[in-house]
Amino acid sequence: MKQLFLTARESSQISCHSCQLLCRIRAPQKEGILICPRCGSTMHQRKPNSVKRTWALVLAACIFYIPANLFPVTIVTSLGKAQADTIMSGVIYFIGSGMWPIALVIFVASILVPILKLIILTFLLISVQRKSTWRPKDRTRLYRITEVVGRWSMVDIYVVTILVALVNLGSLATIKAGPGVPFFAAVVVITMFAAMSFDPRLIWDAKETLDE
Amino acid sequence: MESFIACHECDLVHRVQPLPHKGVAKCSRCGAVLYRHKPNSLERTLALSMAGLILFVLANSFPFLALKMGSQIHQTTLITGIKQLYLQDMRGIALVVLATTILAPLAQLLGMLYVLLPLRYHRSPPKLARVFRFVRSLQPWSMMEVFMLGILVSVVKLAKMAKIVPGIAIFSFFALIVVLAAATVSLDPHEVWEKCEERP
Repeated sequence: MKQLFLTARESSQISCHSCQLLCRIRAPQKEGILICPRCGSTMHQRKPNSVKRTWALVLAACIFYIPANLFPVTIVTSLGKAQADTIMSGVIYFIGSGMWPIALVIFVASILVPILKLIILTFLLISVQRKSTWRPKDRTRLYRITEVVGRWSMVDIYVVTILVALVNLGSLATIKAGPGVPFFAAVVVITMFAAMSFDPRLIWDAKETLDE
Repeated sequence: MESFIACHECDLVHRVQPLPHKGVAKCSRCGAVLYRHKPNSLERTLALSMAGLILFVLANSFPFLALKMGSQIHQTTLITGIKQLYLQDMRGIALVVLATTILAPLAQLLGMLYVLLPLRYHRSPPKLARVFRFVRSLQPWSMMEVFMLGILVSVVKLAKMAKIVPGIAIFSFFALIVVLAAATVSLDPHEVWEKCEERP
């Protein structure tokens, strides 16, 4: 299909990442750094090293995902007895005590969302590297979802923070943050950076080269 | 003069056209939102940011939850949780929570006021573009609404163990989330960027 419209790159223009000003580039840019005349940020046609960076972050997050789920996130000491809970055992506890909605919230936010995010980003990376032209619109939509939904995984970190602050009743009961918490927070933060470093325009670039 | 905009998600160039009241311009190829018509964008966002700052101070000065167990009452503010984590040698986590629930929202509110207040009086503050860029980059890290969900989950989790009493700050939290979301929605960043351009 021949397109009537051009992309910024095809028309040798560059769109600023932060303020979206369109600038014309005179010569094909090689090395030098371009600064946006309006907002002062560095301009790139595509996010720099997007694929490599995103891969690195996705792999790092995958590694951290394992200890995040194996180590306990809370250690409850009640009357001398200590009980350690991982994210999953917390979910199972909620199901067992009939609190389905909470179990669902924790399961979706802490287990499902991070893993889906990693799967989707991996899929997008592979599809971009193979220069796939398969349903670019849907792939862009997938990317949009990962970007929006990622932050909600932080909910478990906040729950631990609140529990730790509230339940501190000396010898009666205390709750401590477990060793899984830093790994889990790392997964959330790293996947957020991964989503930010991925450039969805790469999805459409494959189509462009095909048209030529 | 005609102006153009490239879609930030697929790079397709579009001509910028005036929109009807509350209209939305979407990319013809990938469907991403390019820009929206936002009536009184700057004034509304300024008002909401001011309200947000007041609520922010309230939300952080008073306890938002209290736990009653026998004769003991434990109150907590946002800071106590962060302090506890810090004392338990979870410094990194304490920092992440501090950054996402206190520093980022606060910097965002202050930054918005710094940008919008002078613009309201047709002045432009020094380093306008830089400050506004910084404020925009904080957006994904300000997680007040996620924290609110965290409060709800904790309340349910502890409900069996002890009596939970909501504090005054919890209402400020609720209001703050609504106000922050409204401020984000009402702001048209293109309008601010155009002001940056007008500067000599």
